[in-house]
Amino acid sequence: MFKKVLIAAAISLAGTHAAYASCGIEKGNVNILGNEFPAIQTIGAGAEACASDGVTITTNLTKEHKNIQVPSLTANPAEYTVAIVANSSIVPLMNDDLIQPLDDLIAKHGGNFNDNQKITIGGKVMAIGFMANSQHIVYRKDLLEEAGVEAPNTYEEVLAVAQAVKDKGTVQYPFGAAYAAGWGLAQEFNNMFLGHGGEFFKDGTAMPNVNNETGVATLNMMKSLTDYMNPDFLTLNNNEINAEWKAGNVAIMQMWGSRAGPLLDGDDLAPGVSENTVLSHPVTVGGGDIPATTLWWDGFTIAKNISDEDAEASYLAMVNAIDPSIMNDEVATQAVWMIDGYKPTPASAGVFATIEAGAKPYPMIPYASLLHTALGAELPDFFSGKESAEQTLADVEAAYMTAAKEKGFISE
Amino acid sequence: MLLFIFLPIISVITQSLFIDHEQVFVEVENCNFFGCEKAMVVDNEATEQLRAEQPLGRFVGLANYFNRAHLANSEIGTAWGNSESMGGFFKELFNLPLYRALAFTLVFTFTVTPLLIILGFCIAIGVNSLAQRVRGVVIFFSLLPMIVTPLVGSLILFWMIDSRGIIGSSLQLLFDDPDLSLKASATLTWVTLIVYGVWHAAPFAFVVFYAGLQTVPQDTLESAMIDGASRWERIRYVVIPHLAPLVTFVALIQLMDNFRVFEPIVGFNASAHATSLSSMIYNDLDGESRLLSSAATSSVLTIIGVVILLFPVLIRTWRDWDRKY
Repeated sequence: MFKKVLIAAAISLAGTHAAYASCGIEKGNVNILGNEFPAIQTIGAGAEACASDGVTITTNLTKEHKNIQVPSLTANPAEYTVAIVANSSIVPLMNDDLIQPLDDLIAKHGGNFNDNQKITIGGKVMAIGFMANSQHIVYRKDLLEEAGVEAPNTYEEVLAVAQAVKDKGTVQYPFGAAYAAGWGLAQEFNNMFLGHGGEFFKDGTAMPNVNNETGVATLNMMKSLTDYMNPDFLTLNNNEINAEWKAGNVAIMQMWGSRAGPLLDGDDLAPGVSENTVLSHPVTVGGGDIPATTLWWDGFTIAKNISDEDAEASYLAMVNAIDPSIMNDEVATQAVWMIDGYKPTPASAGVFATIEAGAKPYPMIPYASLLHTALGAELPDFFSGKESAEQTLADVEAAYMTAAKEKGFISE
Repeated sequence: MLLFIFLPIISVITQSLFIDHEQVFVEVENCNFFGCEKAMVVDNEATEQLRAEQPLGRFVGLANYFNRAHLANSEIGTAWGNSESMGGFFKELFNLPLYRALAFTLVFTFTVTPLLIILGFCIAIGVNSLAQRVRGVVIFFSLLPMIVTPLVGSLILFWMIDSRGIIGSSLQLLFDDPDLSLKASATLTWVTLIVYGVWHAAPFAFVVFYAGLQTVPQDTLESAMIDGASRWERIRYVVIPHLAPLVTFVALIQLMDNFRVFEPIVGFNASAHATSLSSMIYNDLDGESRLLSSAATSSVLTIIGVVILLFPVLIRTWRDWDRKY
């Protein structure tokens, strides 16, 4: 499996990037683990361009990166010298002390990046960010115009827009969002909860704080939205929602900026879809002023359990990979880059609007993923009509407490 | 045996008796592209010391087995005390993750296993009566459901039963109900998974029974025909008794297989309506939370479940053996 991924990655990356001279690396091994989408592949290729005699650079870019990052970096020496992470996946690496501060490497070798790309935790630079991402509203200009409604600014208006489009009869299920049981549904809860001004944990502790009025309001708004969604919504993930969008079956949806870009231009879209798709902005809910969404960054970290030589080689290779010189027309459409020289494209409008609207970043808290998992497992009971909102939220907290006790975040 | 079965089981049992160390937190300021905020992080130096002292974590005995994620005895006690009717009690019971998973796993196991045996037997009898020339082709096609990887098979069906898919929209036409969705209701999801389970495993029963049919003594069949036995009577009194030991064998294998039902739940994105013991373990290990002790506890409970499930069949096999030799 690993070899196959490696070969596939190598083939797909070959020739996409001009080779630089060895990037100042004399010798060392660089082994990169990361998620798999076009922007990360560009970064991987940029690092691989530094390979030379005595410097081997390999990448393993896979959707399974979250499952293998902790075991493979726990090994000593670590299996990978670089882990490309997001603000949620850096947390398990921090919890187990598996990545090293980059301050010394930055002092010694510098790098062509901005200060705001440094991700600092407790004053130490733990990662260098290179792109931003968020979920936001995407709508079909033509369908909204036909129904005589404006693009919404709040979820209450989203409901009105969906009703208007439904009344018009052009599409049967006008709203789309990844409500599949599990991570996606929990993420939509997180978005809506933050939009309602919620705090996930009781001040400064690991005690959950979702079973309250804010939680109930969050669930009720989500339930109202499901009235306008495909009745199979508990089984539909981003891929399926995007497929529905491409077929022209959805008028307005919540989607990731990184996944909505391809909807603006592609040959597998129904006629009229791509030219009318607008990546707009996130919306607020319940009279709040924080958008009901979260901000994400992607960046690279360097493993702790590796030799100094490999750490330096890894740092230099990654700094080369995120150098402003990588920017060209094709690379610019792949992500919302934090890199100098990047000019926003229509594909990045939504994410920029999210940053400007002051959305909160996804919480980088040691126990946030446990609450996320508990939400993903327990919320479906509410949406399938088995339970009241209060019962569901009580179940979420109970499931979270069990997991948090096992992980030692809460004492008995 | 020692390396690949015994040692892993010991390791899983050991893991299930421990939980992680108490984490020591410090509050720090995190800064990134989007601004700065105060947040908690794990104090690695303090935790490191705890880890060095007790590398396995904190010993908790059987506490993992009795917590809410598993046997949940205290929650059951409360539910028993609070609920006024048996219906109310069962509703609360099946709200607990382990019992919900167990309910689906058992219903799946005990409907799929007999159905696939019956279906496999019917296919075997049917194929056996075909002309020799076409049998090869028919056998190949009958085996296809088993050859297709379960995850791929269920993903293909996932799209076909979608309310816009070919099977989904045909059913809507057939029942004249435009809102009919196989994925939206718990009952229909269970039915879909069970039909998929039978479809996937029937070829296995078929192959075994078909091989068995080749060994049915022709003398007995012929003498039955001379005695005027109908086709049905020959099947009932000659073929079925001859294949009985094979039924035990197929039941044994399939009970084990179906008890660890997993792929269709993932393939059909069905976790909103159906969870199984295996999908519980998978969820514990998946992603960023990595609940190792919880997963180990579920694994031990699954092993115990398999042993209980196979006990009657094993006893029967042992008796048969004893009688024959």
